[in-house]
Amino acid sequence: MELPSIPLPAVIADWFAARGWQVRDHQLAILEAAAHGRHALLTAPTGAGKTLAGFLPTLAELATAPHDGLHTLYISPLKALAVDVQRNLLTPIAEMRLPIAVETRTGDTPSDRKARQKARPPQILLTTPESLAILLSAPEAAGMMAGVKRVIVDEIHAFGTTKRGDQLSLCLARLQRLAPQLQRVGLSATIADPESWAGWLAPDADASQVEIVAARAGADPEIDILVIDDRIPWGGHNGRWAARAVMRRIEAARLAIVFVNTRAVAELVFRDLWAENDQSLPIGIHHGSLAPEARRKVEAAMAAGRLRAIVATASLDLGLDWGDVDLVIQMGAPKGASRLLQRTGRANHRMDEASHCLIVPGNRFEYLEALAARDAVAAGELDPDGFRPGALDVLAQHVVGIVASAPAYPDALYEEVRSASPYAGLTRAAFDRVLDYAATGGYALKAYERYQRLVAGNDGQLRLRTPALARQWRMNSGTIVEAVAMNVVFGSGKSSRHGRKLGQVEEYFAGQLRAGDSFMFAGQVLEVTGFEGADIHVRLGRGTPKVPVYAGGRMPMTTRLAARVRGLMNAPDRWAAMPDDVREWLEIQARVSRLPGLDDVLVETFARDDRWYMIVYGFAGHPAHQTLGMLVTQRMERAGLKPLGFVASDYAMACWSLDPVDDPRPLFDPDVLEDELAEWLAASPFLRRAFREVAIIGGLIERTQPGVVKSGKAMSVSADLIYDVLRKHEPDHLLLGAAWTDARGKLTDIDRLASLLEQAHARMTHVRTAHVSPLAVPSLLTIGRERVGAEADSALLAEAEALIAEALRVD
Amino acid sequence: MDDAFDFAGQTLHLMASGGLWWPAAATLFVADLHLEKASHFAAKGWLLPPHASGETLAALIDAVEATGATRVVCLGDSFHDEGGPDRLLPEARRALGLMTRGLDWWWITGNHDDDAAAALGGQVHAEARLGPFVLRHEADPADPGPELSGHFHPKLVVRHRGRQISRRCLAMGPAKLILPAFGTFTGGLEVADPAIRAALAGPCTALVRDGGRLLRFPVG
Repeated sequence: MELPSIPLPAVIADWFAARGWQVRDHQLAILEAAAHGRHALLTAPTGAGKTLAGFLPTLAELATAPHDGLHTLYISPLKALAVDVQRNLLTPIAEMRLPIAVETRTGDTPSDRKARQKARPPQILLTTPESLAILLSAPEAAGMMAGVKRVIVDEIHAFGTTKRGDQLSLCLARLQRLAPQLQRVGLSATIADPESWAGWLAPDADASQVEIVAARAGADPEIDILVIDDRIPWGGHNGRWAARAVMRRIEAARLAIVFVNTRAVAELVFRDLWAENDQSLPIGIHHGSLAPEARRKVEAAMAAGRLRAIVATASLDLGLDWGDVDLVIQMGAPKGASRLLQRTGRANHRMDEASHCLIVPGNRFEYLEALAARDAVAAGELDPDGFRPGALDVLAQHVVGIVASAPAYPDALYEEVRSASPYAGLTRAAFDRVLDYAATGGYALKAYERYQRLVAGNDGQLRLRTPALARQWRMNSGTIVEAVAMNVVFGSGKSSRHGRKLGQVEEYFAGQLRAGDSFMFAGQVLEVTGFEGADIHVRLGRGTPKVPVYAGGRMPMTTRLAARVRGLMNAPDRWAAMPDDVREWLEIQARVSRLPGLDDVLVETFARDDRWYMIVYGFAGHPAHQTLGMLVTQRMERAGLKPLGFVASDYAMACWSLDPVDDPRPLFDPDVLEDELAEWLAASPFLRRAFREVAIIGGLIERTQPGVVKSGKAMSVSADLIYDVLRKHEPDHLLLGAAWTDARGKLTDIDRLASLLEQAHARMTHVRTAHVSPLAVPSLLTIGRERVGAEADSALLAEAEALIAEALRVD
Repeated sequence: MDDAFDFAGQTLHLMASGGLWWPAAATLFVADLHLEKASHFAAKGWLLPPHASGETLAALIDAVEATGATRVVCLGDSFHDEGGPDRLLPEARRALGLMTRGLDWWWITGNHDDDAAAALGGQVHAEARLGPFVLRHEADPADPGPELSGHFHPKLVVRHRGRQISRRCLAMGPAKLILPAFGTFTGGLEVADPAIRAALAGPCTALVRDGGRLLRFPVG
């Protein structure tokens, strides 16, 4: 390692020495990149002093040459993380007695402090992408940002391929324009493809401007898979069967994080663990629907060592250095090697010691998946991130914010936007459509000339029509759109002011609750005592509670992991080391049917109870299999096979019908996929759900406040009504296109489905089995739990009326 | 037709569009058109699609043609705000003018609109009487009826077999009918809401038109 061209100022070097620490190689490398004026991307395992490395150049510069005004911006994906870093940064600064002011700015920052920060900014400001965007929309932005030397993006992997990432990238482009000398520093956990991320971080997507620094890898993690008496269940996917054994592991650990894959499962697992918690150990629960205060409380308890375990969802995935975690337990399959590695890294923040993780597979497929993930981590094979073009609804929001800060020439704005890597390929025509949408709504019918949001002056610059629009923009900006929700309020008070807010449940679930019903929330059984506006009032209850349902939130198994699962099925030499249950399951499958190959599509058909079943082992993930189910049953309907329903998992799709499928091949024809999907998707709830999100981000409708719809006071027009009108009158509208892009991506995973169909077309293995095969059992076990899919609303309405009529009959 | 029901000694038909047809008096009732709601929002910066007024008027023309009504009664909130009539696009203004001049057209004023619609033709009333019916925008629980009104935009929400189905509905009490909203950009209030029950001053049945059939849901 060369010495950095600027030596570490003595005050910093002394501080390291006083603590008996050595400046690490990657920290020196970051200093050197900064000295050469280069952008930098640091990938490092947890515990490697990543955050300090990011700030080191700033501390060195400010220790040497005091700077008046804002010097460094730090962007974090979590509000809480900004608070945490403040702690870890303030301590060194205080101990070094450096004249550096550090402040946070998030949605929670009081408005007087925000105003003061604009007038007299600190040298270091810790913030989130949302707050940065709002700051950049202020008229003071240009003056405030002009002298900024550095922006540090922490946990960059949490941003890149999301709409938040699009927003952040656009904000970085703006910052670079206001402060051409700006150095960008990205900090990341270990990622599969640092080069791509460097391109994401860089201006103009030019990765060559970015110094990629990789910290030395930490000790290899120790990953175990929980197996008891060689048994693994047939069905289920939460690992709940093992609650007792999990509790024993928690008892043996100092502090454990129990990761689950969804919020609903968090509630269930929490209850299961308490039922086995003979020693009454303090166990907490943490998920994204809990009130922020409730989450902060649990986090604080964890940091203070008052907890022995915490049941958490992805809300705890990101890197807070909370307490002395020595065990991570993953309930259910990890779904991806990168995710497993990140979660495992939550245990033990010292990089020279191995972190410990225990995976609790829910069923036999999940056992294979757990094993595959462990193999992948050991081989250093992480999941690549799916970079995609920037979303146009986010861009529409962004351009209004920029114009709010200062008049802008469309040409200059276009160049600036294109320097943000997700928008590097944006055509001028597409940009102009976004501008037109932002200005007038983008309708063929030019009715809104006088209501234009953006108006061009004589000088050709765009301005807001009225200053009031800037305030409206600030109230509604941001790219995170929550489902419409109601507050869960604990306490008997007549008004929510007297109660304690526990968190939120989605309106759809809330709508099914009546007074006296009980449901599981925040680790408790709550009984509904009443409703008031946006609030559900609750008290402690008992009995058989409902479990709140949350839309989305479940990650599909990654493509690479799926390939490894297939690999294990085709490696009989590995079977011997597997539990008896799993080995026999595979052996019998090989005898009565076949095992899925490395790259074929196995299809089984068989009869059972007057019904014909078809199981498709696609290994393409739950969303793609669900879309496949829709497609295939639609085609079966047309072929007169009388399909009755289907279920999907990460591994397979199973459907059943009154008539047999003799030849499955035509059902998988990839040719007309696009047309059929367009038709189906247009009528599906996926596109409507996606449209609501883009309509809010794109600034067409207001963000809904909790409970407003319920109380009938909705000022806005529902996204559903707008969707119907646009589909009829403006089928080419920008927002319909944006919704389509979103729906075909994460909701339906159409690209993965398309490759599955190609695969089926080329290499399908069809086996007629005499009866249900071992691999088919997990799928069949989930039948009956699924919602009614294709039935027409009319039929259900008529049926409901008939049921009520029958119930009310008195003859 | 399977869409007929008896109320206050009269035979009425609930149309799929949400209109109420009274053949004996050749009268079509509609409530809560909320015309120019989109432009009302547009003026505030929410650029909703400008097609809703056209949609609503097209549905109204269809209903008039399908029934052959000679009288049309709009039960209030015909425009989303007082300035609405001025903002109608020329084509919509022409279409509406043809109807108000060619038919016996009654505007009942609501809480959103005032008598500005008179400029478009037709007569304006705060309340009116027609045959056995009192006509007003918002039901008056103190009036024994029979009464026809709008205002609440009642909708029925049925949760059945894991699905939630939401439809505009007519709320029928012992002596009162609350019509569904006719306008395109109008949300709804669940018919079981206490506000609707209070307005009806008695038990409520929700009537839903589904295809050619009229479904009845006792709400309590």
